[in-house]
Amino acid sequence: MSETPPTLRGRLKRGLVPFRGDRANQLLPQGSLAGPVPWVIAIMVALTVIATAAGLALSNLASGARDELSGGATVQIIQADPGERTRQAQRVEEALANFPEVATLRQIPDDELEQLLEPWLGAGVDSEAVPVPALIDVRFRGEATPDNLRRIRAAILQVAPDARVDAQSTWLRPVFSAIASLQYLAIALVVLLAITSTAAVFLAARSALGSNRETIEIVHLLGGTDTQIARVFQRTVGFDATLGGIVGLVLGMGAVLFLGQRFAALDNGMVGGGGLGWLDWIAVASVPLITVALAMLTARVTVVAALRRML
Amino acid sequence: MSKGDEEVVTFDNVGLRYGTGKEVLSDVSFTLWPGSFYFLTGASGAGKTSLLKLLYLAQRPSRGVIRMFGTDVITLPRASLPNYRRRLGVVFQDFRLVPHMSAYDNIALPLRVSGVPEAEVTKPVTDMLEWVGLAHRAEARPATLSGGEQQRVAIARAVIGRPDVLLADEPTGNVDPDMAVKLLRLFEALNRLGTTVVVATHDLHLLQKVPQSMIMRLDKGRLSDPTGMLRNPPRRQTSEGAD
Repeated sequence: MSETPPTLRGRLKRGLVPFRGDRANQLLPQGSLAGPVPWVIAIMVALTVIATAAGLALSNLASGARDELSGGATVQIIQADPGERTRQAQRVEEALANFPEVATLRQIPDDELEQLLEPWLGAGVDSEAVPVPALIDVRFRGEATPDNLRRIRAAILQVAPDARVDAQSTWLRPVFSAIASLQYLAIALVVLLAITSTAAVFLAARSALGSNRETIEIVHLLGGTDTQIARVFQRTVGFDATLGGIVGLVLGMGAVLFLGQRFAALDNGMVGGGGLGWLDWIAVASVPLITVALAMLTARVTVVAALRRML
Repeated sequence: MSKGDEEVVTFDNVGLRYGTGKEVLSDVSFTLWPGSFYFLTGASGAGKTSLLKLLYLAQRPSRGVIRMFGTDVITLPRASLPNYRRRLGVVFQDFRLVPHMSAYDNIALPLRVSGVPEAEVTKPVTDMLEWVGLAHRAEARPATLSGGEQQRVAIARAVIGRPDVLLADEPTGNVDPDMAVKLLRLFEALNRLGTTVVVATHDLHLLQKVPQSMIMRLDKGRLSDPTGMLRNPPRRQTSEGAD
């Protein structure tokens, strides 16, 4: 070693400038945050994607069904005598035709009724042996308000004493209530999963901070700022979260598409309304983005809080 | 007073205690002048390392005033301290090299932390590696370096940014006498370039090797300054053309 040091560059411009890029990343040993973190995030993202898709599908289902049923009512003619039943049904149709609030009405044809009842009664039902009520589907111009229903009920009972009028939304109120509960459950699941993901990243960042305390202290004493050190952790966590987010999104989307196909195969009118629109797909696809942002924010806050305990 | 004569560090009645224990440093007052060379001596447990910790801003004192480069660093917000740390070079007693980084990257660290562009990092780091005789060990991790080699890397890291103040804690503790003298020559060379040097040591033989040095002697946490030289030293001419 020579006695005279090499001509060192002039004094450094010692501004609080960024310490970033690959070189800054070397501050943490490779894989110091890797390990279970990307996989935990992948599982969380997959579950959140499924819960979000389920919540949105249920919301669409409820909204579609509510729109369809809120303006409808069903008139049943409960009369064992087929002739009398037909006559009363005809009189009901004539009476309802005079109501301006009624947009359309349609008597359900016998073959359609048979189809509806086939799962319970089998094919080729003898309407005399098993008296099936005549059904008239009534569509109002607006909603089937209690006032509308009261007025048409009064008019119908004058011409068809065996008639019964029910708002379609009334039948399905318990179903809507159940769907709403499932929606709240999906929201709660998304929130819980977000909290769990945050906690996982918090613990991982704390653990990495602990195992790299010596390195962090050295950089701190060399003039490294909290922001510089936090950025290194933030970037590492961001990389892990992105990796986990992509895997989770693929798994979650796969599950959602599979379930979607299964429900579509039920060929049920109500379930068919529970699809996802393009805005819903964007919302689902944003789950990993939000997760990455949340993870990076958590890492930053955790590391900065820990660094503040040093001078 | 010309700008070059402004004091680098001033301690005024500084005391330090850890937690609720007794004071490990009491009523410490001194001034470090630019381009001066100081030996900090004292028996083990006298408070040398604690004093150095205050100097390299790893610790706040329990009382007293510390001014660094004209600023009271006790009341300075935490966020402003890195700017002051970047003007210091520290050789730790246990070297404190980053274990997963090569010798090259350890030496480059202060430049990178200070935001020097990567293109401007290579030459000074390579020069420093050659200067400390470790060019052939540039890619070696600290664990594979001998104690003396680690010490040279630590010294290179401390001086790479041409600090205003170089603080060295027992820098000759792990090297043979020949290497100890070489290290002192290195510190002297830096000192000639205008850097204020403080070397903490309990090796009294070293003190005679640097004739122009001043002695700061700690005894049970108190600084001996019977003549007041440390507090009010006579003005001395700093090296010209330091930069």
